[in-house]
Amino acid sequence: MIGIGILKGMAVTARNFVGSYFEKERLITVQYPEERNPLPENYRNFPFLPYDGDDPHAGLRCVACKICEKECPPQCIYIVKSEDKKPDYMGKPQFYPAVFDIDISVCMSCQICVEVCPFEAIKMDKDFELSRRERFDALLLRKSDLAKSNEYYQRICPTDAAEVDAKLAAAAEAAAKKKAVSAAAATAATSPAR
Amino acid sequence: MSKSIDQIFISAKQWLLSWLTGAPDWVIQVASSLINIFTLLAVFLTLFALMSVLERKILGRIQNRYGPNRVGPFGLLQPVADGIKMLIKEDIVPARADKIVHFLAPILIAAAAVLALGVIPYGRNMTPFTIDGGILFFFAVGSTTELAVFMAGWGSNNKFSMLGAMRAIAQMISYELPLIITVLPVVMVVGSLNPDAIVAAQNGYALGLVPRWFVFTPWGATAFILFFVSGLVESNRTPFDVPEGESEIVAGHMTEYSGFKYATFFMAEYIGMFAITGLAATLFLGGWHSPMRALEFLPSYVWFFAKLSALLFVYIWLRGTLPRTRVDQIMNFAWKFMLPMAFTCVIAAAVWHYAGRGLRGWLWSLVVIAIVYTALSILLDARRKFAPRTYRFAE
Ligand code: SF4
Ligand code: SF4
Repeated sequence: MIGIGILKGMAVTARNFVGSYFEKERLITVQYPEERNPLPENYRNFPFLPYDGDDPHAGLRCVACKICEKECPPQCIYIVKSEDKKPDYMGKPQFYPAVFDIDISVCMSCQICVEVCPFEAIKMDKDFELSRRERFDALLLRKSDLAKSNEYYQRICPTDAAEVDAKLAAAAEAAAKKKAVSAAAATAATSPAR
Repeated sequence: MSKSIDQIFISAKQWLLSWLTGAPDWVIQVASSLINIFTLLAVFLTLFALMSVLERKILGRIQNRYGPNRVGPFGLLQPVADGIKMLIKEDIVPARADKIVHFLAPILIAAAAVLALGVIPYGRNMTPFTIDGGILFFFAVGSTTELAVFMAGWGSNNKFSMLGAMRAIAQMISYELPLIITVLPVVMVVGSLNPDAIVAAQNGYALGLVPRWFVFTPWGATAFILFFVSGLVESNRTPFDVPEGESEIVAGHMTEYSGFKYATFFMAEYIGMFAITGLAATLFLGGWHSPMRALEFLPSYVWFFAKLSALLFVYIWLRGTLPRTRVDQIMNFAWKFMLPMAFTCVIAAAVWHYAGRGLRGWLWSLVVIAIVYTALSILLDARRKFAPRTYRFAE
């Protein structure tokens, strides 16, 4: 009979229409600015520079070796090495970046800078609410914008951050042991001469 | 009390006109017409704004979404935002368009849609313009839309516009026939082309319970459905929106329109929809009559707009349900099903009349319609042959 199929179809849509008012699970829309889904742990967009402790200058891990600058495929990192040195997390004096800029309008979120950094000094961020009124300066992130605390990193990527922390702690311990050993050796070497 | 609320708009108008006592007759007449026109425009433009947002909300709910809910409470100010957007958009006229025709088309289509509103009785004594041949006027004005659509398509000097206009003309002319023929039984039974007389004829209750609306007779119900479907086609609504098939021909005849002119087309489409549903309510659903004696205390215009909204809801519901039909399907449906059924309605109405307008007439007309409907269903089904599908691949 002509028209039966249409009635069946209309029954389906009517069920959806009425159901959407009574069954909460039908409305899967996330009302974005008010509610938001948690981001998956492996989500990434743009790099940031984690620092230890509370001082973004003293705790910054980056030593301005410029490896990331050279490796970055679209060449969106700009680093100027400092004149002086500051102690790194192991107390060893190191250069630090006087300028560290990333142009996130160019960055393609490839994470290569993170992979090549030998100092765990650059990591991928998850902050995606970056729309700006202006597309040049506002999208060029300076060192002060990029430096974020290690706690922040632990919060956004717990697994990776724990791994990195363990690695750094092991390295620091090894360095301390080596220092102690060499200090002992130095005392051993110097004492007979005395 | 309820009488005065029922007539509140009439009294308001009388009061406004009482300022003019002593003026020559024609001044009063012009003033009265102007009041009618402004009220009509105000009411229906508001309804248009409301409908545009409610439609999106209902469609959203049908698809288990929220629909617009950001601008204002529950997104009710969305039409304001849309309106501002439309107004401040650039109005582009193609360089090689026929400028005058291109400019006139939206005006003509809106004018035709608004004119058609003028003859519908919105409540007791609330017909803006009483014309004896009101129904005839409605359809005469309504078919101007086709001219406007073709002007838009031709004037744009664009192949998509032209294709859209051709499609629109083809389907509108095909469905004008069943649309008008389904009105015939009502006109026959009432014996008048005056919308007020048609509403008056549906007054009262059969057996003291069922209102004497024409939709409760077999011929009336059939004619109502056919009228409704033809109305869908006339207002280019899904599933008959081939003239604006976005996936095929951009926006059909509206392709080359932007900004406020586009909004005018949009508005005309909705106002045409209100007009045709209003007429459907008038012809078949008893106009402004209330469905039950106990509910007669509600003002007549409330009933009219309740019926109008119910029909509009079905329009939206259909749009949320059905996919777009093909051009050939629309044509086949018009000529092979709608037209024979429309003629059957005329015959069934005659049978109903001569069998005494009572239960006997009711049954006899039902028999007539059932026979033709079954025959058509079987016939059209049997004609449908599916050839084995062959696939050809690029080599
Ligand atoms: S994520 Fe890729 S593109 Fe972005 S700064 Fe790092 S290396 Fe460059
Ligand atoms: S972020 Fe890493 S690779 Fe880049 S300059 Fe600093 S230490 Fe070197």
